[in-house]
Parts: sequence; structure tokens; C-alpha cells
Amino acid sequence: MVNPLTRSFLQAAASEEVASPLRVVQIEGLVILKIIKHCKEFSSALVTGQLLGLDVGSVLEVTNCFPFPIREEDEEIEADGANYQLEMMRCLREVNVDNNTVGWYQSTLLGSFQTVELVETFMNYQENIKRCVCIIYDPSKSNQGVLALKAFKLSDSFMDLYRTNNFTGEKLREKNLSWVDIFEEIPIKVSNSALVSAFMTELEAETPVAQCDYDRLKLSTDPFMERNVEFLIECMDDLSMEQQKFQYYYRNLSRQQAQQQAWLQKRRAENMARKAAGEEPLPEEDPSNPIFKPIAEPSRLESFLITNQIANYCNQINGVTGQSFSRLYLMKALNNK
Amino acid sequence: MTASKHTVLQFVPLTSSLSARVHPVVIFSICDYYVRRPDQAERVIGTLLGSVLPDGTVDIRNSYAVPHNESSDQVALDIDYHHNMYLSHQKVNPKEVIVGWYSTGFGVSGGSELIHDFYSREVANPVHLTVDTSFQNGEAVIKAFTSVNLSLGDRPLAAQFQEIPLDLRLIEAERVGFDILKKTIVDKIPNDLEGMEASMERLLTLIDDVYKYVDDVVEHRVAPDNSIGRTLADSVASLPKISSGSFDKLMNDRLQDHLLLVFLTSLTRTQLSLAEKLNTAAQIL
Repeated sequence: MVNPLTRSFLQAAASEEVASPLRVVQIEGLVILKIIKHCKEFSSALVTGQLLGLDVGSVLEVTNCFPFPIREEDEEIEADGANYQLEMMRCLREVNVDNNTVGWYQSTLLGSFQTVELVETFMNYQENIKRCVCIIYDPSKSNQGVLALKAFKLSDSFMDLYRTNNFTGEKLREKNLSWVDIFEEIPIKVSNSALVSAFMTELEAETPVAQCDYDRLKLSTDPFMERNVEFLIECMDDLSMEQQKFQYYYRNLSRQQAQQQAWLQKRRAENMARKAAGEEPLPEEDPSNPIFKPIAEPSRLESFLITNQIANYCNQINGVTGQSFSRLYLMKALNNK
Repeated sequence: MTASKHTVLQFVPLTSSLSARVHPVVIFSICDYYVRRPDQAERVIGTLLGSVLPDGTVDIRNSYAVPHNESSDQVALDIDYHHNMYLSHQKVNPKEVIVGWYSTGFGVSGGSELIHDFYSREVANPVHLTVDTSFQNGEAVIKAFTSVNLSLGDRPLAAQFQEIPLDLRLIEAERVGFDILKKTIVDKIPNDLEGMEASMERLLTLIDDVYKYVDDVVEHRVAPDNSIGRTLADSVASLPKISSGSFDKLMNDRLQDHLLLVFLTSLTRTQLSLAEKLNTAAQIL
């Protein structure tokens, strides 16, 4: 009886060493409300804040958070911001809040968050804490009765590439990394303490219709759609710019290859002539010649991110039209009565 | 004259109709701090932030916990902590100022007067919010108070805590949805269509309820209530009268618009995967 037990314990200990992948982000209702409050109050500007919590196996628990002041480009103020962060963490520890950074949250406008800055911030966080997430909240979508809260992390293979800063086509092909694999969305679970749950059950209004129902059944989606499509078009423009860059690069590359070929033929012919004359052949390479200088391949990171954004807008438009269809048919049914 | 001989008990009336409104995030943080309270602590207190609206309502929008120690006759409040935290909160949102303080427990208790006195020096007329986390009456009692000074002549005699109306409608929580906030664990945040489905279902049950009520009234099973009848008539009348032809046109236009958008997005996606393929093809070159 003892043997299988000890073995299983050993196995358990061994498997513990391999960090289990992050599967679920468990957020407290308090954190959701705090994030929403902060993002809504500054809905015109994009805001960020820090998430505090615990890392338990494959679950990352987010139990509290605090907002960052709006960042300014002054160095002195930046140092101030770091102080603020430390001070806040110290204060929160004093009232027994989990004092462990697990990531950050930020607001976004129509889900346009997939930027180089976000990737950079993520890498910064990743250096200090092994497991971190970024929670994105979209205030513009919540006006339609949707809780637009999403948790993201960068995929491991993407981070490896980013560290070596190697976004050439060859490397990407080697790693088999496409634009879909940059961000990993992690499912969100919501948890509330029994106390909060009791209070909310008591305080829930008696009315059968809540604010989110009104928001969801609103017929007007035009402004939202309009902006979404506008953003989509902008992104398409950006993407075609990126693609032009690549076309330019490939054109240059093929021109260079043709030049190299021509030079090589010339050199070979020359060497044949020299051989016939009994002279030493010249080397078939000439590093000093400018046509042998390798042309830098532009990074594909930008175009990958833009592609991600476009896919995001497409999803959003699809989602909203889906909702609109149901609303329209509902209207039709009501009108027929 | 006689007034100088008589001692006059002065009662300073409150400035007009003071009321308070509390945001759900405040209740959540109070509960969170209470759950995380230190050993032996019987209650927890903290500062309330917010603003006073033009109509005199105190809008309590935010809060933070303040550590404190309480014995039978004295209260020690970590004033440094309170000030540091206030400064930090000011950096994020300068519009939120101190409006009062909260405490857990049922109604006003012993040391409250001292703490209230401290907050009176921070802000004029602070609001005292009590949250009954022990559910003494078996219900969630949340009350707001202001204090009224009773003075004997010029001599302050006592302070009386007076309950003020508190608005607990929690619109913000409604927007998120109580389905998420009132359960101890929710496995998944509902996405667009699931939320829509839930709302539609609720609407359907409402319509069914109305049908049932109207049928009951018509069949003389329930005594008719004129006010309900009027509300129903109003809501039916609120549907704009459109001729079926123009309604169909409107409906079809909208449908076409949306279908076009769906088509466009699918087209874009196809383009994206095509571009992806072309990119990899170029790499093999």
C-alpha cells in the first residue's frame, strides 16, 4: 500500500516543478467593479492599473487592483509614478490585501489594444513575474450591456522570438508562428466572497428588468458600428502600407540577386580568360562590393499586430450584427402583434 | 432677559434634505476588507470618497480601508496611513474628496463619536455609513448617518447621529449584471449572444406575465387595477405606429445593412488568410 502512495507523491512533486500552464484567470467581483469604475471615469483617455493576487497552480487569482494616475511624459513625474506604485502596494499590504503583482489592466477603445506598446509592457512585466496577465476592458462596448472584459497573455513561442528580436520570415516559418498565435486569450472566472454574495442577493432590486437588459435591447448600434468600420478601414490602410514595405524589400532582394548573378558570371568569364593565360583565378566573392551587402528584412511584428486588430474588428462587427439581427426580428414580432 | 436665566438646549437643524447615494464598488471593498480584517478586530473602518452633487446628495463613489485599534474607551486611528492613502487617491482622481467614513456593524456604536469627530475636522458634515456584515436582523442593513451637534448654550453637549436617506439602487452593478455579482463562483463571463439570450428570455417571461394578467382580468379572476391597466396601455401605445409597408422597408434596409457588414467582414477575413498564404509562399522563394 505504501509503495504506490509514495510513488504518486514523488510524481506529484516532480510534476510540480514543471510549471503548469495558466488555464483560468479568477477575478473577484470587486476587481471587476474597480476596473469598470476607473475605465469609465476616464473613458476618453486610456487608463491602466495594477492587478494584485495569487498564483495558484493553473489558476491566477486576481483579488484586488489599484489604478495608476494618468501617465505623463515628464521624467520627474515618471519617478513619482514609481513611488506611487510602491506606496500603494505598501499601504494595501497593511490592510491584508494580497501583495503580489499578477499583471495589469487597461482600457481600450473598441478593442484596438494589440499594439507594440502592449507587447513591450508585457515583456517588462514578464521579466519580473513569471506569470502575468493583461486584462482588457472596453467601456464603449459595455454601453450595449456586454461585459467586455478579456484576459490575455503573450504566447511562449512569441515571447522567445521577441526576446531575440527575430521577426524575419524564415524564423517565423521555422517556429510555425502565425498572427493568430501571438495573443492567447485566457478564460475568466468570477468569484465573490460569501459575504458579498449575501449582500448582493439582498440588495438586488425587485424589478424584473435590470439596466443591462435595457442596454442590450437598445436598437441603435449605428455609432458603434460606424466607428468600428472606420477603425477597420484605417487598419486596412496600415496593413497595405506594411505590405508595400515587403514588396519593396522583395523587389530589392531580387534585383540584388540578379546583380550578384551578373557579377559572378562576369568574374567566371574573367577567370576562364585568366586560366587560359596561365594566371591565378580571382576569388568568386568580393565582400567589399556593395551588391553583396545583405539587405535588412523588415520586421513582420507590425503587420502581425495589425492583422490581429483587423481580425478583432471583424469579430466585433460580426458579434454586434448578430445581436442586431435578433433585435430586429424581435421588433418585427412585436410589430406584428 | 429670561433667556439668560434659562439654559437653552440648541438643536442645529440639518441643511435641507441631505441624502446619500452609494456605488456598489464601495460595498464590495468594505466586504473585502471585513473578510481580510486582522485577528480580534470586531469591526473595520475606512474613509469614503466622492463628491457632493449640486442637489445636496452625497455621492459616495470610492473608499479605502484605514487600520485602527479600539478598546473600551479609546480609539487609535492610523492617521498617517489615512493621509498617505488620500494623497495617492488624489493623484488618480482629484475630483474625489473625503465625504465621510464607514464602519461595519449594526448602526452607530461606542467609539464612533470619536472617529466622527476626527472626520469632521477633515470635511464639514461627514457622512457615516454603517454596513451590517454580521446580518443581525437576518438582512443586509446599510445605513447612512450625519451627526447633529447638541449644545447647551455655547457648551457642546453631545452629538446625535441622524439617519439620512440612502439610495441603494446600484445602477453600476446592474450594468454588470447581478448574475455575475451575486454568485460565489461564475465559470464564464457571458458573451454578446448569451447576454442577449438572457435578456430576451426575461422579456418573454414579462410578456407572458402581462398576458396572464390581462386574461385573468378579462375572465374576472382578478380584480382589475386601473393604474396597471393604464401603464399597460401606455406601453402598448409607446410603440410607434408605422404602416406595415414602411416598417417592412425599414426592417429590410436594416437587415441589408447588417448583411453587407457581415459580408465585408468575411471578405476581410478571407483577404487576411490569403495574405498569410502569400507571405509564406514568398518566404519559400
